[in-house]
Amino acid sequence: MNGDTPATDFTPVDALVDQFGSGMEATIPLLQGIQDEFGFLPLDAIRYLTTKTGIPASHLFGVATFYNRFRLTPVGKNMIRVCLGTACHVQGGGRVHTVTREILEMEDEADTTADRLFTVEPVACLGCCSLAPVVMVNQTTHGRLDAPATRKLIRKYNKAEKKATAEQS
Amino acid sequence: MEQSQTANDGLRVVIGLGSCGIAAGAQDVKDAFVNALAAHKVEASLEDTGCNGACHREPIVEVYQGSDHWTYGGVTVKQVDEIVEKHLKGGAPIEEWTLQKGPLAPEVEAFFSKQKRIALANCGVIDPEKIEDYLAQDGYVALKTALADNDRDKVIAEMLDSGLRGRGGGGFPTGLKWKFTKGATGDQKYIICNADEGDPGAFMDRSILEGDPHAVLEGMAIAGFATGATAAYIYCRAEYPLAIARLRIAIVQAEERNLLGEKINGSEFTFKIKIKEGAGAFVCGEETALIFSIEGHRGMPRKRPPFPANSGLFGKPTNINNVETLANVPWILRNGGAAFAAMGTEKSKGSKVFALAGKIKRGGLVEVPMGITIREILEEIGGGSDTGAPLKAVQMGGPSGGCIPAKLFDTRVDYDEVTRTGAIMGSGGMVVMDETSCMVDIAKFFLDFTQKESCGKCTFCRVGTLRMLEILERISEGKGKMSDLDLLEELAHKIKETSLCGLGQTAPNPVLTTLKYFRHEYEAHVESQRCPAKVCKPLLTYSIDADKCTGCTLCSRVCPVHCITGTKKEVHVLDQAACTKCGSCSEVCKDDAIHIE
Repeated sequence: MNGDTPATDFTPVDALVDQFGSGMEATIPLLQGIQDEFGFLPLDAIRYLTTKTGIPASHLFGVATFYNRFRLTPVGKNMIRVCLGTACHVQGGGRVHTVTREILEMEDEADTTADRLFTVEPVACLGCCSLAPVVMVNQTTHGRLDAPATRKLIRKYNKAEKKATAEQS
Repeated sequence: MEQSQTANDGLRVVIGLGSCGIAAGAQDVKDAFVNALAAHKVEASLEDTGCNGACHREPIVEVYQGSDHWTYGGVTVKQVDEIVEKHLKGGAPIEEWTLQKGPLAPEVEAFFSKQKRIALANCGVIDPEKIEDYLAQDGYVALKTALADNDRDKVIAEMLDSGLRGRGGGGFPTGLKWKFTKGATGDQKYIICNADEGDPGAFMDRSILEGDPHAVLEGMAIAGFATGATAAYIYCRAEYPLAIARLRIAIVQAEERNLLGEKINGSEFTFKIKIKEGAGAFVCGEETALIFSIEGHRGMPRKRPPFPANSGLFGKPTNINNVETLANVPWILRNGGAAFAAMGTEKSKGSKVFALAGKIKRGGLVEVPMGITIREILEEIGGGSDTGAPLKAVQMGGPSGGCIPAKLFDTRVDYDEVTRTGAIMGSGGMVVMDETSCMVDIAKFFLDFTQKESCGKCTFCRVGTLRMLEILERISEGKGKMSDLDLLEELAHKIKETSLCGLGQTAPNPVLTTLKYFRHEYEAHVESQRCPAKVCKPLLTYSIDADKCTGCTLCSRVCPVHCITGTKKEVHVLDQAACTKCGSCSEVCKDDAIHIE
């Protein structure tokens, strides 16, 4: 099943339960902790959390699917957040998003590249509206982009990643 | 060792390291200063601060020496060495790069001169990670005084006198909210700071939390004392990691000095603050949804009453205030409610922070006295449009607000006057639009947002917004009918009437205001399949102007569907049947030869 990771080590989940407890109030911090650990919410981890805390899996799954930040599929090695807030939209954020996906040759519905090097996620607002349009690659924010600048930026990251992968293999 | 006159006392270099400053390269500039100071053997204290609001001039570096103060704007890594050598070492400021003397000086003056800074007073001035800096600005004086007086009614009376209304958008009088929570019975009461700034286009709360976190903590503690609450939560958007990090530091520092925690400052008052990270849901800005989220549930609003003041978090009396509201509290108690109420209009007192963005020359955060006109903010402070083209409209209040057309720019900033235009004051996002912005597209943008963010509880909000979005999509593709405009209005009113919470009640506002003020743009899309702003792609036609094309081949190389053909130095031809109207060709053309109609 998509999202399952067989034989995963769930020790980090135990540590999270020790930290946040197993009450209903801990639901969101626990899920956030699991996502920080695995990069997404593996279904196995949700099931494990239920046996560990007694919080029903249906509740955990309900919360996980309600909030935008939770994801049930693995992420790529690099996270590209494209801001599509109002200011970025007015200043051409939509084009930046399209161009980013074009350069990374992403398939229609996919949010992650086939080689799992990049995940592209549209976000509502990164709060740097005066620098619109804005893209955040991992922890670095790039502002005042247009289509050519985006092409250059994403190509640079893509090239660096491809090179690193080639050297490894 | 060469220790020249540069090793003087009090030489300080202060760099604005808010999220926006970092995005503009401030961290690299700081690193360059570390190296340059070492290379030139200059002793200076290198300090951080938050954002001073002039985001359009980031990265900003300030140099203080004795009574001298110089501000450099738009600093690049390449300039750093010269600034250190000539100014810090040589004592000669590079005036043309400074914002006081340089070519931009009049603009900077215009940006700041009409502002009145209360909530933003310390942003860009103090180091947000040093409690000493906040204390030096009379920080925690208001809390200490309130605790020493030990008169809760006096605090609430002062808040009522100030006329402060909720800055998150609701506009409910803060003092009254506190009074209700104080009057409620319960063995435990809570304070919640709503830092779930979800309006895409507003960033004042982020800037306050990053630039002056202690002001918010002090405001919360005062609210706790006045209402009888001893525990508190800050519900902060997860998209604001720097704000969360600085809040954590600030809480630890305040606890170390007994300004938070058990028996604060020797009094009997105990107050503890926890941070809750949001997980991304716009609807959690609504207070009952936010409470459910803290309790670990899906953030779905419930009907009120009971109001949170009587039955809120874990069923206990709870007072919820927004970040900017709380940041005003220490100032009000220090200076008196009357001093705050002296500013503004009859029913909207004090000052308000706005985030200026979009097609504006000087974007950033500005804090202005209530009662100022929208025109003064956009034209005098913001400097008009960034392209020089006339402004068409300003969007206020985000997805819950509306578009105010240029002919109403003399509207004063006042809760009731803004509401009369069909927009709302909201949290203070001001996204500026000129003739290159399509109002149908803007309405569609917001509907798309609210439709995705609807929690799904109320049918009209869940299904109605989707139907409205489909109609808008149809119109922007040139497939709309004139009857669609009436249908949009009908749906809009039904959604407003039948939704439980603010999200649904206000979601149709962007559509209603654009229909009211820019109906001709809708009609152009429907009747002549034309997008006047040339934004709606399906309605555009691309062609190459044979008189202008120089055959540089740039367009044919960038076209993703290879529909442009031609040889070097000869006029190129665009196959309109294959064109996907992506716009790549016009972005790269240096000869303005791509014609869009």
